[in-house]
Amino acid sequence: MTEATAPSRTEPQGFSLSAIPLWGQFAAIIIFGVLLSLVWDGATRWPEAWVIPAAQWITDFIEWLKSEATIFGVEFKDITRGIGAALKAPVKWAEYLLYRGFKGIGLGPLPWVAVAAGVVIFAHWVGGVRLAILCGLTMIYLATFNLWKDSMKTMTIVIVAVPMAALLGITLGIWVTRSKTASRIFSPMFDLMQATPHMAYLAPVAALFAFGPVTALIATVIFAMPPMARCTILGLQTVSSDVIEAGQMSGCTKRQLLWKVALPSSKRTLMLGLNQVVMQTLAMVVIASIAGATGLGHKLLYSLQQLRLGVAIEQGVAISLIAIVLDRLTQAYAYKETDHFVAGKTFVQRHKHLLLFLGILVASYIAAEFFRWVKIPPSKFIWGSGDAKTVLFDAKLLARHMDQAIRDFNVVAFDYINPIRDWVTIWILLPVRDFFLWLPWPVFVGVIGLGAWRLGGMPVLLLCLALMFSFIVTGFWVETMKTTYLVLIAAALCVIIGVPLGIWAARSERVANIIMPICDTLQTFPSFIYLIPAIMLFRIGDFANIFAILPYATVPAIRYTYLGLKRIPPVTIEAGIANGATRMQRLFKVELPVALPEIMLGLNQTIMMALAMTAITALIGSTDLGQEVVRSISTQDFGRGILAGFFIAALGIIADRLIGSWAAERKRQLGVA
Amino acid sequence: MPTDAQIKCRNLWKVFGDDPQGFLRRHKGNPSPEALKEEGYIGAVQDVSFDVNQGEILIIMGLSGSGKSTLIRCITRLNDPTIGEMEYEGRDLLKLSERELIDLRRHKFGMVFQNFGLLPHRDVLENVAFPLEVQGISKADRVTRAKAMIDLVGLGGRESYFPRELSGGQQQRVGIARSLAVEPDIWFLDEPFSALDPLIRAEMQDEFIRLQSMLHKTIVFITHDFEEATKLADRIGIMKDGRMVQLATPEELVLNPADDYVAEFAKNAPRERIVSVGAIMQPVTDAASGTVPMSAKIGAVAEQVLTSENPVAVVDESSGTIVGSIDRQTVATSIFGTRSSEGTRAA
Ligand SMILES: Nc1ncnc2c1ncn2[C@@H]1O[C@H](COP(=O)(O)OP(=O)(O)OP(=O)(O)O)[C@@H](O)[C@H]1O
Ligand SMILES: [Mg+2]
Repeated sequence: MTEATAPSRTEPQGFSLSAIPLWGQFAAIIIFGVLLSLVWDGATRWPEAWVIPAAQWITDFIEWLKSEATIFGVEFKDITRGIGAALKAPVKWAEYLLYRGFKGIGLGPLPWVAVAAGVVIFAHWVGGVRLAILCGLTMIYLATFNLWKDSMKTMTIVIVAVPMAALLGITLGIWVTRSKTASRIFSPMFDLMQATPHMAYLAPVAALFAFGPVTALIATVIFAMPPMARCTILGLQTVSSDVIEAGQMSGCTKRQLLWKVALPSSKRTLMLGLNQVVMQTLAMVVIASIAGATGLGHKLLYSLQQLRLGVAIEQGVAISLIAIVLDRLTQAYAYKETDHFVAGKTFVQRHKHLLLFLGILVASYIAAEFFRWVKIPPSKFIWGSGDAKTVLFDAKLLARHMDQAIRDFNVVAFDYINPIRDWVTIWILLPVRDFFLWLPWPVFVGVIGLGAWRLGGMPVLLLCLALMFSFIVTGFWVETMKTTYLVLIAAALCVIIGVPLGIWAARSERVANIIMPICDTLQTFPSFIYLIPAIMLFRIGDFANIFAILPYATVPAIRYTYLGLKRIPPVTIEAGIANGATRMQRLFKVELPVALPEIMLGLNQTIMMALAMTAITALIGSTDLGQEVVRSISTQDFGRGILAGFFIAALGIIADRLIGSWAAERKRQLGVA
Repeated sequence: MPTDAQIKCRNLWKVFGDDPQGFLRRHKGNPSPEALKEEGYIGAVQDVSFDVNQGEILIIMGLSGSGKSTLIRCITRLNDPTIGEMEYEGRDLLKLSERELIDLRRHKFGMVFQNFGLLPHRDVLENVAFPLEVQGISKADRVTRAKAMIDLVGLGGRESYFPRELSGGQQQRVGIARSLAVEPDIWFLDEPFSALDPLIRAEMQDEFIRLQSMLHKTIVFITHDFEEATKLADRIGIMKDGRMVQLATPEELVLNPADDYVAEFAKNAPRERIVSVGAIMQPVTDAASGTVPMSAKIGAVAEQVLTSENPVAVVDESSGTIVGSIDRQTVATSIFGTRSSEGTRAA
């Protein structure tokens, strides 16, 4: 396969190296690297004396920024403090509204009954009865499992971050469509940002702003903004030219054209962007608990670290349910069509949803004065009073029972699970890990570099070299290799599981109808959730980490395989049939080769997601780059965390450029670009 | 027919490519088709000059890709021509400022699009009122005006429907109403009916004729359909590969096509409804019995001529004098259209 991948155009004419076959070039590089490491220790470990103390410089620089720097006479720390204070205000208001209450005027927070009713009524308005039931059940779950307040704490940041990220994204998106310079700067930046894992954003923001909700908010907004910007660009660029021209011929000024014609016409795409913003926000908020976000993510992290799995499951289900509800609500809203106004309907009939909500809101505020349970859901449900009291439901008790059940299960299951885990760890994981740790860096650099040069020519080669040397010369080789090893093993497993599933789905409508919705749902959950089953079954360690990565990162492997196969033009397949190929021959000789570029893009996504998830597994203990980020935030030594975050992104960029160049070239050869 | 030119186009070029200006300059404003091809430029409109007269319906025809849309998009300045001159009522269209252009579009130009170009988020009333809204006309005024337009196109009662709730024909009526809301002086229609099925298309053509009989606008109309063109046109311009090969009355196109390309277009034209008696009459003869008017279409007099043993005398209605004659043979050949009918054409 590699043979075919090398585009001949990058081969310089008359260059003697090109006379050597490709495998020979790789072999030469590997042998050279290994030999070098035998004679020079510096090829195994970058010599201590040569390490550039970039981490220290960054830490010092941030110290300097925070203590001495001034911009135009204003102290830098005052600027960050100002931004922090400005952002604190909306967070405060959201807190007052959702769970603190407006102490100053003696008004309580929104009673939970009102919030729940509001969500259900909105769901009914946008999506009908089924969505309303889903939302209703979720609200009841949050209330009965004693998770209401934590959910509201999480939602505090969500409801502040979503509008900010959406506005920022729309603004930047508009700017990009109107200015060539902006487009040249921001378009690659958005690509880059979307390939950057959550974790990478945390350290730099935490470095500039104090630990707390504002830091979480800023990181979340930055993380969630790019999809909105991209959807805005896409939406504005795909408005039908007739509509734009009709606007121009109606005598619109440029501004009117944008606000009255282009933006409203791309409402659907913008709303799908909003959906992504909401989902990204939620995913980030739960992770941002390490940088000071309170709420469900914070509690879940704590439960996991304490191995209180019963509670963790309850909290994890809550996060998942919230994710599903937010996803369905925003999607339903995006696809909602306004019907024409039917004359003869009364005001009440037209605004029944709104009026119902307002009624419940007022009623629940009044009722909350008399019944505490209207305000905050009770922590346990009790029937009767005095001696005749029976506890109907107690989430804490249930969690304890679950803990016990999991423990009992583990006692039994560990006899089976542990040997498997240990076998895999000893015979597969550790050898691969040791291999990567042994690997002399010249071999790694040489192999990747040669691949980059053959696939993408000079620009890709230079980019990859710069990125690779950035973690070598700063002394992050070991951590980076640990991450690389985890990601590669996880990605390989994802491909082994995902590609056959994708093929199966592409061949059978029935299977597709089962697998694809599952994929959708798996992608809806914030990645954090996947730590729970991993810990439950395997405790901590690399095996658990990989297990956590799988469900999250297999999805693109399945989906791209499925789409790649589905998109093959029927003539191509029919040609195979006409030539008398068997089903298997057709699959391996026609369909898979044609779909391969698409499948490789799936692999690319899988690697990105594995990378993101690997970093997150640091929350339950790992010793790679992700851990550096987590530790830097708790020790306030931000240099290492910022660099580690950057290197996680760097690995993603290297993979993306290599695979992306290959797929683009291959698609060009196949004429399906 | 009124003759003062409302729009004048002179040597209009629209070239697509990397550097169209430089390309045209290198070729002294008149590149050959080979040069275009060689350097990878597309000459969508090439050296087109014509006038649009006050109050006429000018129809532009041509195969797909011949540059029809590009031509009227140049006139409306949706695309700027690469070189050339354009005037609207004596004003240089290319020297207009942004503001003047917007004003022109707000008050003088109306346009109907092939795919309607309706704003999906606005209902019928808001769509029709849109050009008035962007001018800043008060809500009450624009609603009144838009309602009148909606009634005019026969959509009364559907003001609050959204475009997706309407059929194609209804959507195009909205498009028409919107383009008329500002009472434009000149009305551009780019294949307004081609996205509609044949029955509705015929209905919309009648509708269009009805509207025009009330409004008397200057119209530039693009169509693929020669029959549609002959039904509506005062003059027809035929485009080929960016050039205007012939611009003439339907009658002239049918009787005297400039080349085979035009003849091909005119081949299936309903001649009996296009050609007038005066165009095919023969010299006066004594043997004539009965009279027909000179400006009558031959379809209208066919029965009379075909059932008459003798040639029929042709009368110029304005002076009342007999100016020629017409016999069965001539009528038959010109209706059933062998090209030899050209030979019998009177001066
Ligand atoms: N924006 C553009 N960029 C490049 N080429 C264009 C552009 N717009 C039009 N063209 C080319 O100009 C030529 C004329 O296009 P135009 O749309 O004017 O044709 P048309 O006569 O209206 O055809 P149709 O009947 O299909 O609408 C075509 O070859 C088309 O490909
Ligand atoms: Mg066209």
